[in-house]
Amino acid sequence: MKCYVGIDLGSTTTKAVVLDEQGAILGRGITNSRSNYDVACAVARGEAMTNVRFTLSARALPDVGLDAARSGPFLATLERFFRLAQYRAQMAVLREVATAEVPAVQSFFANAPLAPAIREILEVLDAGTEELFRPGAPRKSDFFRDLAGSQYHKEAQQRASPGKLPFEALMAVFDKAILKVENREIDLAFDQGAGWAIEQALVAEGLAADPAVPLLRAALRDAFGRALAVANASGTGYGRARLPFPKRQIRSEILCHGLGAHAMFPGTATVLDIGGQDTKAIQVDANGIVTSFQMNDRCAAGCGRYLGYIADEMSLGLHELGPLAQKATRPVKISSTCTVFAGAEIRDRLTLGQKREDILAGLHRAVILRAMSLIARSGGIKNEFTFTGGVAKNVTAVSVLRTLVKQNYGDVALNISPDSIFTGALGAALFALRAGADAAADPVEQKQEAGA
Amino acid sequence: MTALAHAPSSTAAAAPAHARKDKSQDRQKTMLAEHFHRLAVSRDTGEKNVQTFVPGNLTELIRSFDLLPVLPEINALQAGMRQKSGDYIQKAEKLGHSEDVCAYVKCDIGQLHSGNLGPTGEPLPSPDLLLLSYTGCFTFLKWFELIRHETKSPITMLHVPYQADGKITPSMREYVVKQIKETVIPALERVSGRKYDEEKLRDLLRRSARAEEDLVYVLESAKRVPSPIDGYFAAVYYVGPIFSAFRGTEDAVLYYRELREEIEERIRRGEGPTTPDGPMGPEKFRLVVEGPPNWTHFREFWKMFHSEGAVIVASTYSKVGGVYDNGFRHDPDHPLETMADYCMGCYTNLNFRSRIDMLCRYMTDYAADGLLIHSIKSCNSFSAGQLLILREVEARTGKPGGFFESDLVDPRYFSPANVKNRIESYLQMLEQKKSGGGHAR
Repeated sequence: MKCYVGIDLGSTTTKAVVLDEQGAILGRGITNSRSNYDVACAVARGEAMTNVRFTLSARALPDVGLDAARSGPFLATLERFFRLAQYRAQMAVLREVATAEVPAVQSFFANAPLAPAIREILEVLDAGTEELFRPGAPRKSDFFRDLAGSQYHKEAQQRASPGKLPFEALMAVFDKAILKVENREIDLAFDQGAGWAIEQALVAEGLAADPAVPLLRAALRDAFGRALAVANASGTGYGRARLPFPKRQIRSEILCHGLGAHAMFPGTATVLDIGGQDTKAIQVDANGIVTSFQMNDRCAAGCGRYLGYIADEMSLGLHELGPLAQKATRPVKISSTCTVFAGAEIRDRLTLGQKREDILAGLHRAVILRAMSLIARSGGIKNEFTFTGGVAKNVTAVSVLRTLVKQNYGDVALNISPDSIFTGALGAALFALRAGADAAADPVEQKQEAGA
Repeated sequence: MTALAHAPSSTAAAAPAHARKDKSQDRQKTMLAEHFHRLAVSRDTGEKNVQTFVPGNLTELIRSFDLLPVLPEINALQAGMRQKSGDYIQKAEKLGHSEDVCAYVKCDIGQLHSGNLGPTGEPLPSPDLLLLSYTGCFTFLKWFELIRHETKSPITMLHVPYQADGKITPSMREYVVKQIKETVIPALERVSGRKYDEEKLRDLLRRSARAEEDLVYVLESAKRVPSPIDGYFAAVYYVGPIFSAFRGTEDAVLYYRELREEIEERIRRGEGPTTPDGPMGPEKFRLVVEGPPNWTHFREFWKMFHSEGAVIVASTYSKVGGVYDNGFRHDPDHPLETMADYCMGCYTNLNFRSRIDMLCRYMTDYAADGLLIHSIKSCNSFSAGQLLILREVEARTGKPGGFFESDLVDPRYFSPANVKNRIESYLQMLEQKKSGGGHAR
């Protein structure tokens, strides 16, 4: 079947969206961005293509007699097993490259018993894999880096001893290894990946003896095995000039976010996107055509990275910031959005005895205030208002924004999609679809084939 | 924002090397080299110099006393183009000038403390007189106050009334003429040791008008579609002689005649603008620009436009020294009055309404697709209100505006990747609007 791909190469994450010929979303994929843009693109696209298989499966299930009540849990289980298979494959790569990195790190820490410690840590991580993917287990992130990293960090802390086995030495091995893991594409054979996951899910969901199994199995095998032809692809985001696309298939983030927001919420008139290093205020017309925009200039204060830095300073995950700030009872007033100053600000206020949640509430407000000033510059907020980008997932950022919008612009519909992080990629995919199938076929694939 | 470019200086690495040198470019280069050499040896030859600013300056009057004009903004932007401004600015900051002070001022102060080498690498003399003609930029006062502090040079001020109501009244003209008569001329007489010679001034003004006529032809040639020139990046070279030391000279007359002939030839051949990287490709976008260019990355900045097929058809910056749009030419029959009108008519002395009117007129007369504002972070005088200008021009013309910020000569405030991203985004927006037909493509 024909499909269309959009890729948004962001400073923090790279996103991909796959559309069918009718413009419906078939799949989404996301990965951490890294220095190797080609790989980031390929990984995000690969993730999205995997996601397409689940969408196709979901579409097929009603036809083979699996009702909604059963198909939902079944698909969730299927995905869980599929992720487990992927995770195991990545763990195998981590084991291999981490072991290979030991001698290089060892040279800086001559007498530290590094090799046995790393071996032990990797064994513990391996053993913990099943637990991580047991039914109902909470996972803080979908990225291998985060999942394996937090476990590794914990184990390294337990094993480290000052003077003898430095914590830095153990982490240095991980830091070097994880880059290589992320830069390697995992391409599981059907029997080790999807095929295995299908069988496991059938058993786990008690469907193994179901009379519908042969049909179900055939439908799933079709969903996972059907040939997908990428008819066209477009790219956007920072470093888009380096995306493996011809220039005419590259669109600015401004156009992509405008069109993507319009596609998600057709009533959109104003878009705010807070990304890693850019904040964008965009005005679009009724067709999703950008009429004006403003971006932060000269300085990236108050962009998504600001929150990332604060999370690091407070030893929190990025996703924990918003919920924690919600607990604030006496929000602190912070006006500076300088990322570098933020660290000092936090430490200073903590020594003054102010609570983390209250400081965080102030920092969130500072970010949104800066965005509000950019919006004002672009011509203000018109109804409807769509908020996109990674920061739109942050509950506190959203609640502060809601309040300020109401104060400044009155009653305006505020749209936030749970998939808002994919807005730019969706816009790019729509551009690919509109440019039509006559354009070059999937350049990512072509490039890979040429390189292989 | 008061600045404009000279032609490439005589030092090899100094300025953009055009792929194909026109004769006028060589002439401008020679003019500059000679001028700065005269300044360098002026202590030996006994020639005196007057430092004054670009907008609405009194070059003809200065020249009528055989004094040599020196323009500090030009020195600063040249330092920017020669990659010297970063060091100069840091030197000035070390001396106590804040990061937020106008980058031109700091560049000038830093240069003064670094051997005071001019655009051609030869030393600049200390000013014999600081002629402070105040035309809209309030930093000018502080700038020359600082230079006076450094050089102990005498200073004379010409107060030019702001066109707050968008017009020049007879009493405003009289006020300026009175100052020229009673303050400026006596000061110039003192420095030069010569008497005011009105006939000589008339000759200079006559030559100014001739050069102005040719310059206007060149700038307005951009009304053609496609345009034979770039009315911003290339125009900063075109306006160099007239807005700086050469107005009223025979050299300027020859330069502008030659330039005009070259452009006429270009039109005959159906050629578009030439750029430092060779002739520009097909014209895809026609833009009007407000605000001066960035000088530290001038060539890179220009390329962001010409590589995308964007030609700047009109700019307010190429009117920063004097505005000829309404038919003004220096009038030898009314020498002091015409100089007063020139002073008051320069772009920096116009109020918001006039600036907006001018931009709207350019949008229409030059068949532009959009307005782009390059706002200068360290320029408080002219950056204020630019967003308002943008909104107003958008509302009146229905053409989309774009806005981005960097700086004149402080290299720390120009991030090429980010600026390029914004310009590309803007041009793609224009393209979408032009070709979309109600449907994003």
